[in-house]
Amino acid sequence: MSRYFSIRRLTALWKKEFIQMRRDRVTFAMMLGVPLMQLILFGFAINNDPKNLPAALVAPTQDHYTRAIVSALELTGYYRFDHVAVSATEAEALIERGTVAFVVTIPSDFGLRVDRGDRPTLLIEADATDPAVASGAISTLGTVASDALLHEMGIASQAAETARSHLNVIVHRRYNPEGITQYNIVPGLLGVILQMTMVMMTSMALTRETERGTMENLLAMPVTAAEIMLGKVLPYLGVGAVQVIVVLGAAKLLFNVPFVGDLGLLLLGVLVFVLSLVLLGYSISTVSRSQMQAMQLTFFFFLPSIMLSGFMFPFRGMPVWAQWIGELMPLTHFLRMIRAVMLKGAGPANIHPQMTALIVFVIIFALIALARFRRTLD
Amino acid sequence: MTEPAIDVSGLVKRFDGRTVVDHVSMRVEQGEIAGFLGPNGSGKTTTIRVMCGLLTADEGHGRVLGHDLRKRHLIKREIGYMTQRFSLYEDLTIAENLAFVAGLYGLNPVQSFVRDTLADLGLTARRDQLAGTLSGGWKQRLALAACVMHNPRLLLLDEPTAGVDPKARREFWDEIHLRAENGLTVLVSTHYMDEAERCHRINYISYGRLVASGTVADVLAKAGLTTWVLEGPNTPDAAKLLAGKPGVDEVTHFGTTLHVVGRDAAALKRSVADAVQATGVQGQPADTTLEDAFIRFMADGQDNMQ
Ligand SMILES: Nc1ncnc2c1ncn2[C@@H]1O[C@H](COP(=O)(O)OP(=O)(O)OP(=O)(O)O)[C@@H](O)[C@H]1O
Ligand SMILES: [Mg+2]
Repeated sequence: MSRYFSIRRLTALWKKEFIQMRRDRVTFAMMLGVPLMQLILFGFAINNDPKNLPAALVAPTQDHYTRAIVSALELTGYYRFDHVAVSATEAEALIERGTVAFVVTIPSDFGLRVDRGDRPTLLIEADATDPAVASGAISTLGTVASDALLHEMGIASQAAETARSHLNVIVHRRYNPEGITQYNIVPGLLGVILQMTMVMMTSMALTRETERGTMENLLAMPVTAAEIMLGKVLPYLGVGAVQVIVVLGAAKLLFNVPFVGDLGLLLLGVLVFVLSLVLLGYSISTVSRSQMQAMQLTFFFFLPSIMLSGFMFPFRGMPVWAQWIGELMPLTHFLRMIRAVMLKGAGPANIHPQMTALIVFVIIFALIALARFRRTLD
Repeated sequence: MTEPAIDVSGLVKRFDGRTVVDHVSMRVEQGEIAGFLGPNGSGKTTTIRVMCGLLTADEGHGRVLGHDLRKRHLIKREIGYMTQRFSLYEDLTIAENLAFVAGLYGLNPVQSFVRDTLADLGLTARRDQLAGTLSGGWKQRLALAACVMHNPRLLLLDEPTAGVDPKARREFWDEIHLRAENGLTVLVSTHYMDEAERCHRINYISYGRLVASGTVADVLAKAGLTTWVLEGPNTPDAAKLLAGKPGVDEVTHFGTTLHVVGRDAAALKRSVADAVQATGVQGQPADTTLEDAFIRFMADGQDNMQ
């Protein structure tokens, strides 16, 4: 048996770890149930294309064109005009308060321009603070409005294609110009869910042994720091793999998330990401003295990583210093990678920087864990 | 002349500036059963942990089984350490715990080692019971099984029989003696006097300092105590009378008898004679027990501390 590394010792550690995992029903349920629950919860909340959103109409002159457009918009099901014929200032206050999600402004010269054959202008302001909610409403808007207008003008819809340029619809997505869509979020959710469960569980790996008193026995036996690390961390890699399958399968089945990239490449990236997470969790457990401390450290890490990784808010919209902090999180790099591969079909050459970053995280976390591991009870 | 199994000198261990083990030197010959005694918090567990590499000594040096104390990885392979608190996995069965330990010691094939050890210690019938559901005596037996499975040359047992019934304790000691006859060295800490008397040699530690070591006779001699046993209906009066008299260090009730112990034999004899005179009890000299000796050591230790 080698002094430094023995596959036999590692196997013994793995077996023990798997038996404990199997016996710990609650944790086991959490490992599989929580990801699925979160995916369904968040996934549907985001995926549901909400309709019947409150809207305000600013239309100084109420002619038949205006009425045609308003009723066409209402027919899409997205808009519900609660506030008709308000002034521009009133509308501004309404959208600012969040009372309405849209303000549709039809200028006073609208009808005049249509009759003259000029290009009329229609302004639609959307409260995009919750962009996923507003995006469906916005995407249908241009077509609906101009079809309605053309119909009103008596032009058949076959000719509509060419005549569409007649209407100039200006959309202002306010407060969040990048406009994240659901497809952006479901792959990101995979990263967040993995991070949550993997880091949380491995962060207790050593503190649990210390608190139960089993650490003393473990350290009295001929087992090395590297073996303990791999013995603790790799079983969770297996758990991570199961989670990935569950979440990706559900993303496909329930939400029909498009999947243009190479699955093998994606799984490789996920693997490296999960490895960095379990090592991060394990590093946390080498520095914490109790499970409570481990939990606190984990949460201390969670919030910034969700906020600054580009999951919640557009990464490039943040100030530079915040972007730098974001770069220090594995989740940031993973999000870029998975979005690139899943949605844009990026190949190995394109995700090379993210992959490198994740590998660097793996190495750094492993080194921290080995350096911080306490070989004695001192 | 073979090398001693344990040969350490001047071990010092401090926790946050508090000296818990204070220049402890100890020698345990191969094949010997050495007892390790001392009051609660005197530093027994800490000393044992230093010896098996779980703590690093702040001062001192020594060899365990011929390996320098710093060569932890070599020592760990050849010793079996049974912790004071049960420290195997409660959510694993007996057999799973043993298989885990066997794997870490690189025993091959694991299953045959586990089977033999289970049979050896009479655990076969309970092999699939979760360790957490075992009673104290069975836990202790499992812990012993786990630390002898790899045939260590030295066993370090930290209060292995605390909370175990007398029959199980006797079986445990028979087991230990059997193994010692086959060349195994054992260092065992305990609070039981009868167990101390079953050791070849004993070491007594008090406030981190080793105050006596040797055979039971050596330790009794070192204590230098004389004992009188008083008997009769008036022993309670005699006890009150004797307390604090010249030569009287300890007065202890044992049922209806009274043990009176002191270092100054002549003064003690005079005080006892006075008490016999006054209360009409019967008095005669008796052998000093280890317990008396230890209580004396403890009192000395407290004096040293003040
Ligand atoms: N890790 C530690 N940190 C700080 N103090 C410690 C630590 N371990 C032990 N001590 C202190 O060292 C002293 C000796 O403890 P130790 O456990 O060695 O005593 P012991 O002789 O084994 O006692 P007992 O008979 O009760 O088991 C105690 O006062 C204890 O509080
Ligand atoms: Mg102790």
